[in-house]
Amino acid sequence: MEDLPAWSLPAEAAKQISIGEEWPERVTRDWAWGGSTGKGVSVCILDSGVESSHPLVGELDGAVAVSRDEDDEVSVSEDTEGDLCGHGTACAGIVRALAPECSLHSVRVLGAGFKGSGPVLLGGLRWAVDQGFDVVNMSLSTTKRQFAELLHELADTAYFKRTVLVASAHNMPVESYPWRFSSVISVGSHEDPDPQTFFYNPSPPVEFFGRGVGVEIAWLGGGTIRSSGNSFATPHIAGICALILGKHPELTPFQLKNVLYLTANNVGGGR
Amino acid sequence: MSDLRAAVAAGALGSEESYRELLQAIVECARAIFGAKASSIFLHDEATDELVFEAVAGEGAGDLIGVRFPSSSGVAGWVLVTRQPLVIEELEEDPRFAREVAESTGYVPKGLMAVPLLHDEEALGVLEVLDRPQQAAFSLKEMELLGLFANEAAIALDLLQRARKARAVLADEGGDANALARLAQLLSDAAPERREAAERLLAAVEKLL
Repeated sequence: MEDLPAWSLPAEAAKQISIGEEWPERVTRDWAWGGSTGKGVSVCILDSGVESSHPLVGELDGAVAVSRDEDDEVSVSEDTEGDLCGHGTACAGIVRALAPECSLHSVRVLGAGFKGSGPVLLGGLRWAVDQGFDVVNMSLSTTKRQFAELLHELADTAYFKRTVLVASAHNMPVESYPWRFSSVISVGSHEDPDPQTFFYNPSPPVEFFGRGVGVEIAWLGGGTIRSSGNSFATPHIAGICALILGKHPELTPFQLKNVLYLTANNVGGGR
Repeated sequence: MSDLRAAVAAGALGSEESYRELLQAIVECARAIFGAKASSIFLHDEATDELVFEAVAGEGAGDLIGVRFPSSSGVAGWVLVTRQPLVIEELEEDPRFAREVAESTGYVPKGLMAVPLLHDEEALGVLEVLDRPQQAAFSLKEMELLGLFANEAAIALDLLQRARKARAVLADEGGDANALARLAQLLSDAAPERREAAERLLAAVEKLL
């Protein structure tokens, strides 16, 4: 197929504009992800690393650590330490439970102390977007305005390169990023125990609510623990995104967000 | 001049004491409202990249103020770096975690709620509430309430840090505060007309700044 026009649409090119898939009159969950296991979809956990041997996580298809030297240069190297605090393992376990056959990757940007976490976060996200992962789970945020503009650019780049960023929202009245950007899928918590229950929020900036209360999460050392927070609601939505992309790999982030909207419990009734 | 500096320093020192009391009142209140066994506020010490106990109510009160641990460790560390509130239950079932915490606090909680203290664009520290009653299932209402306490604690922590900085500046003999103290002294010694003119000038400077 010829490349589609990038900036304008001449009359003779109109016939080339097709969306590659017949959309049903009513988008249902069965159409959206029925039968999908997330196979063929790469999900990146941008967090504290992932304990790959954990029974709830299984095999990782890649793990890198992002670090910063004294000259503020950020570098990416193979991660040999796994998870330093457990947060990333918990997120990975949730994605794995929803999308058992997705390909999981870990990019470690947390755990080496609080200082310098902004540049490392940016460097890690840039690397993840360059790799072209289908979904990036970000159960974290920064409040530093100096990073907001760069994060915004990266979020838009990801959006146009078909990398879906799924980011935890804040439930406190603070300005933080990247969840506030409209090019990402932002997630808050609901209290329902069903992992596939999610809601669209008609009062943004938080766009979706995923399961975030009393979640059984993978804990360091192979065990589990019960925990609550938007950090765990986010990988629920990331997992559902992986299921949808497993069945409809051609979807752009815009289309994916539409499918999420149409299949949300308060919109399509969870059908 | 030294009297004035002493007076300003006393003001800064006095306010530090008040802000510490405010932090203590916040953890006492959080502990009471949640019916919890303990509540603590940690300050992130930027210079050493550590978390420091600033206020403790309930278990551990009295022994823990000033105790430090690395900012990347434990649940408080997660919360600080991710800037996301977290609630964890059944903690005592993890022996590794229990040992780590027991070493730093002398007390192993069964469960905890932790929330980052965010003020403006800074993450100043973490507020924790340990061991709510077991029968009370956690709900998002608690998270919201915790967020309200966090907001209050973040403001108090910001004021405390400002007071400490002010004291450090005053303690520094070569600091700019000396110039301001000299100016204040000259102003108080000046004749009424001169003082009035100087005050108008200072008002203009204040407006400019």
